[in-house]
Amino acid sequence: MMATATDNTLLDVRDLRTYFHTFSGTVKAVNGVSFQIGKGEVMGLVGESGGGKSVVGFSILGLIDSPGQIMGGEILLNGEDLAQAGEERLRQIRGREISMVFQDPMTSLNPLHTVGQQMDEVLRLHTDLDADARHRACVEMLESVGISRAAERLSAYPHQFSGGMRQRVVIAIAMLARPRLIIADEPTTALDVTIQSQILKLMRRQIAEKGASMILITHDLAVVSEMADHITVLYCGKVVERGRTRDLIEAPAHPYTRGLIDSIPDPANPHARLKQIPGTVPDIRNLPKGCNFRDRCPRAQARCAEEEPELHPQNAAQWAACHYPLQPGDSA
Amino acid sequence: MTDATPMLEVRDLEMHFPIGGGVLDRLKLDSRGLRIERPVVHAVNGVSFRIQRGEIMALVGESGCGKSTVAKTIARIYQPTKGEIRVDGEDVASYGFAEMLPVRSKMQMIFQDPYASLNPRQRVRDIVAEPLLQQMKTAQDRKSVPAKTQQLLAKVGLNAEHAGRYPHQFSGGQRQRIGIARALSVMPGLIIADEPVSALDVSIQAQILNLMMDLRDEFGLSYLFISHDLSVVQHIADTVGVMYLGFMVETAPRDVLFATPRHPYTRALLSAAPSIKPKRDIEEITLSGEVPSALDLPSGCCFRTRCPFAWERCALERPTLKDVGGGQSVACHLVDEPDRDRR
Repeated sequence: MMATATDNTLLDVRDLRTYFHTFSGTVKAVNGVSFQIGKGEVMGLVGESGGGKSVVGFSILGLIDSPGQIMGGEILLNGEDLAQAGEERLRQIRGREISMVFQDPMTSLNPLHTVGQQMDEVLRLHTDLDADARHRACVEMLESVGISRAAERLSAYPHQFSGGMRQRVVIAIAMLARPRLIIADEPTTALDVTIQSQILKLMRRQIAEKGASMILITHDLAVVSEMADHITVLYCGKVVERGRTRDLIEAPAHPYTRGLIDSIPDPANPHARLKQIPGTVPDIRNLPKGCNFRDRCPRAQARCAEEEPELHPQNAAQWAACHYPLQPGDSA
Repeated sequence: MTDATPMLEVRDLEMHFPIGGGVLDRLKLDSRGLRIERPVVHAVNGVSFRIQRGEIMALVGESGCGKSTVAKTIARIYQPTKGEIRVDGEDVASYGFAEMLPVRSKMQMIFQDPYASLNPRQRVRDIVAEPLLQQMKTAQDRKSVPAKTQQLLAKVGLNAEHAGRYPHQFSGGQRQRIGIARALSVMPGLIIADEPVSALDVSIQAQILNLMMDLRDEFGLSYLFISHDLSVVQHIADTVGVMYLGFMVETAPRDVLFATPRHPYTRALLSAAPSIKPKRDIEEITLSGEVPSALDLPSGCCFRTRCPFAWERCALERPTLKDVGGGQSVACHLVDEPDRDRR
C-alpha cells in the first residue's frame, strides 16, 4: 500500500492511533496515520484545525497526557519503536534524537531562567561536554541563528527578546544537541511575514548544514510549498493524501487537497469568487460512516457514504484516500 | 450628502497613548532636576486617506504598525489625539458617546476574534438585533426587528433555527457570519473589518471573503479592511495602504501596488510573502532586524533602521507621501533620488 521503509528511512510511522477519552465520547484525533521520513528530508504535515496534525507531533515525542492515549501503531525511529519506549528512554530521545519547536515563542521558553541556562540544560543532559565547552557551544549556536552579541545575550531573560528573536532562541535550543529529527509545530504562525521569511530561511539552512530531517506542521500551504520535499495532508485524523510537494500542489488527487489549494486567493485572478469548500469539519466524536469528507465533497457518490476509502497509489509517488480521485487536468 | 462625498475621509489622524505606571516608576532625576516623565506610544502618526462609496480599502502592515489602532480610532472606540475623521462628510473626531449614536448607523465594525466579539450570554437573535434596537426610538419601529433579524441571518447563510442558539454552539466561521449580520443590521455605508478572516481556517476564510464581496455588490458597501495577509488583500481590495510604525508609507490602487511597489518596505513585504506558486521573478529584499519601538521613534524616516537603501538624508528628514502618478503615493526619499535604488 505504501512505500516501504528503506535504509534511508529515519522515521517510519505505521498506523498510529491516538485517542482522547472525554466525557462526551472518544475523540479519535489520530486515526491510523502512516508515513515515512528519509534522512535529510523535510515533510510538511498539513490540514485545518482539528485535523490531528499537532497530535501526530506530540505522539512521536511521547507527549500525550491523559485523557489522551496512544492506542495502537508503531513509531519507528531507526527501527526502535517509540510507542513502546519507557519514559526513561523517551527522556534520552527528546532533545537529543528528536527536538521540537512550538508555535508560540512567548510561552515555550521558561520566563524564570535565562536563555543561557535553558540552552545549557540541553547540553548538560545530552552531552559529556564540560562547562566551558558547553558555553562555547551555546554562543556558537546563538550566533548561527543570527543573534548578535551572543555571549552577552546568554544572560538575558526571554522577556528581553522580541517574538522573532525568541523563536530564534527556540530553534537554537532545538538544534543544540544535533538531533536527527526536528518537529516544528506552526513555527512561524505567530510571526510577521518579514520575520517569518527570516526564520524559514534560517531553519532551511540549519537543516541542510546539520543533515537533520524535519516534520513541518502547519495550516499554511504556501509555507510548506516553499519548505517541504513531501506533503502529507490530514483530515479528521486520517491521511487523505501524500506525495511530493510540487506534484501534490500542481495535481492534487484528493478533492480536499484541491479545495485547500483553491481556497487560497490567486494573485493572477484577483476579485474573482474564491472556490470554497462548503460546510465545516464534522464533529470528530461523531464521524459519519464512509468517507469523512463526503458531506463537503463535490465528487461524492453513493459509495462514499458506505465505504471508507483507503490510501491508494495514484502514481509512483502520490497516494490518495478517495474513491473518485481527481486525475491530472480534471477541474474540481 | 452627495454621491461625490467620500464615505470616509481621514486627515492627519494621530493617536498617541500615554503609558501608565505609578508616579514613582516615572520619576527621573537628570541635569534639569527631578521630573515625572510621561512616555507616549506613538501608535498612529498623521495618517490620511479616503474611501469612496462601494470601495474596499485595505490597510496592511505587520503587528504594531498601527493598522488596528486606525480602525478603532475611526470607529471611535478611541478618542483621537489629532486629526479629522469625516464619515459621509461629517467630522466625528471630537464627538461624544451620544453624538456618535446616529453615526453608528452609517459605520459598523467586524472584529478579528469571533470567539471574543460575541456576548456568550446573548442568543444570536439578540446579538444581531442589538445595533438595530439602539437606533430605533419607537415601539412601533421595534416591532419590525424580529423579521429583520431573520432576513439578516438568511443573508449571511444562517437559518431561522440558529436564531435561538448561543455563540458557543457555532464554529468560528459561523460566528464570523453572526458578527457580519450584526454589522449589517443597521444597513451602514461603511464597514470597518479588523482582520476578519485571520482567525479562520483557509477553507472557511474563502467562504467569509466571498460573503463579504457578495454583500458589497448587493448593498454597495464600503469596507476598511485591515489585514496582515497580502494574498487576502490582493484578492479583496480596490486600494491598498501600507503602514509601518504608525506612518502610511505607500498607498496605491491594488494592481499598481502589487505590480510596481515603490517603497522599500512594501517591496520587502511582497518578497517575503510565501506562495504556493513557484517563486516568481521578483526582487528579493530581505529585511534584517525588527520593528523599532513606537515609544521612541527613529529620527527622520521610520523605516531607515531596517532599510537596505538608507543614507544620511533618511536620518535627518522625515519623508512625506508624494504622488508619483497612477494614483500611487510613496513616502520615501528614493523617489527624489532614484539613482540610489541600486543593489
